Amino acid sequence: MTFDELLEILSDLHPEVDFATETGLIDNKVLDSFDIVSIVTEISANFDVSIPAGEIVPENFNSAQALFELVERLSDED
Amino acid sequence: MMTNLLSYLEETVVRLPDKVAYSDGTDSLTFREVYGQSRALGTALSRAGYYREPVVVFMGRHPKMVTAFLGVLYAGCHYVPLDEEMPRHRIQLIFRSLKPRCAVCDGKTAELLKEFDWEGRVLLYDEAAAGEIDEAALAAIRDRALDIDPAYIVFTSGSTGVPKGVAACHRSVIDYIENLSEVLGFAEDTVFGNQTPLYFDACLKEVYPTLKFGATAYLVPKQLFMLPVKLVEYLNEHHINTICWVVSAMTIVSGLGAFQQVRPEYLRLVAFGSEVFPIKQFRLWREVLPNARFVNLYGPTEATGMSCYYEVKRDFALDEAIPIGRPFRNTEILLLDENDRPAGPGETGEICIRGTGVTLGYYNDPERTAESFVQNPLNKAYPEIIYRTGDLARYNEEGELVFLSRKDYQIKHMGHRIELGEIELIANMMPAVSQACCVFDDVKKKITLFYVGEAEAAEVVAYTKEKLPRYMVPNSVRRLERLPQTPNGKIDRKGLKEQACAR
Repeated sequence: MTFDELLEILSDLHPEVDFATETGLIDNKVLDSFDIVSIVTEISANFDVSIPAGEIVPENFNSAQALFELVERLSDED
Repeated sequence: MMTNLLSYLEETVVRLPDKVAYSDGTDSLTFREVYGQSRALGTALSRAGYYREPVVVFMGRHPKMVTAFLGVLYAGCHYVPLDEEMPRHRIQLIFRSLKPRCAVCDGKTAELLKEFDWEGRVLLYDEAAAGEIDEAALAAIRDRALDIDPAYIVFTSGSTGVPKGVAACHRSVIDYIENLSEVLGFAEDTVFGNQTPLYFDACLKEVYPTLKFGATAYLVPKQLFMLPVKLVEYLNEHHINTICWVVSAMTIVSGLGAFQQVRPEYLRLVAFGSEVFPIKQFRLWREVLPNARFVNLYGPTEATGMSCYYEVKRDFALDEAIPIGRPFRNTEILLLDENDRPAGPGETGEICIRGTGVTLGYYNDPERTAESFVQNPLNKAYPEIIYRTGDLARYNEEGELVFLSRKDYQIKHMGHRIELGEIELIANMMPAVSQACCVFDDVKKKITLFYVGEAEAAEVVAYTKEKLPRYMVPNSVRRLERLPQTPNGKIDRKGLKEQACAR
């Protein structure tokens, strides 16, 4: 998965948000629980990476960059 | 006979003054504090001249907000709960239809209210709740109170774009709390984990049984519903043993795999409702909680909280729906066919509710009240109001009621009742949108908005976000050259729905 592909998933959910710069996706209530489910499902369906529930914490979801790093890390572990 | 909701508090405060009544995990209020603060607020409201009228409670999700509800009741008024996260446009509509003279706020919401076009008075909770208590004045108010007086007004989505304010009286709420408690077996050692927002009738399930039994209710911070492992850890940390959640909240926990990492240790009662529970997810919950009771609840706001229940005691196939079962005691369900006659065995009919739980109607809105709160067509002898839900159901072979669908374009999304027409109306308000149609994918649980016009999708999303509650904002917004039509010239909703679902 590339960073751009991740941005596409996120932008599809929230076309009005600039995911390249937003760093408070959880803390600023940009995303809600429904978005989290969508993101985890999309990543798992399109990139064959499953995100364990324990990794669903603000540190990993507050920015597209953090989420990308999480996915990279999980892919390496496989 | 109990005729006022405050009696629950007054009986328990004598017995358990120092026990925590409401908490969010950080801040807590004991029964003594709830009793003291609510009576001080009641005194302040009464001294300011408010009586038998709606008083808005506009606060952040906090134990003080629940206490403010009770304070409004002490003043002989009815509370109207609003949340700081509601969009401004919606709050403005509510103020316009309600015309309240007074709002109870915390520091933050008092600031927010300044931006509104509203002339009423703001009472700061912290100041009012710390004031003195006028026992004689409160006793005089209570002396004149009737159980048919409204206790609250909560607002639900309306198809014309204007939310409807459902007013419920003390008697209806008492009837509901007594019968719900009997079925679910609440007790003094019940520890609730409240999920639903305080501005809906859904929170009655925790607010009043807590007072009745001297139980404790935790208002689970909303953010935790995004963080499933932390959510379960929160339940364990506070020994929460009873939850009554919307299905979406439960499937987030199970669907994201939280149970692989942490198990709820104390849960013994899991009530759920407002939506169909996907059996695959339901099984995950039962596996992790083999000894807990699972109860499906069903009911519209217009009949006070919940009207029907079904305790799950058998297995369900993946394509089966959990029944909504049977009505609570002192409530009857009439299943009426198109000719207003009782539907036969296995036949589809509209769920109509009769009983004390039927609310007073839509506040300041006789027209829409008359459409749904109607004379019981089976009774020609004397006035008797029933509520027509617009929900279609039938009885299965076991005689249990099974929900089928809605009659109109109303949907259930994340536990909230939504009129798709209200979303379309908002989108159509945009100058750069010429036509809009909203559909709901029942499987993926997604709202898709199709529109025609110059506006960019991002602008439409931003606009709807500004005007609609978060749960009503479309999950996907798509521009089309034109909206497909049926041979009759209507918008082809079915075609659009297929298009949305196929994606």
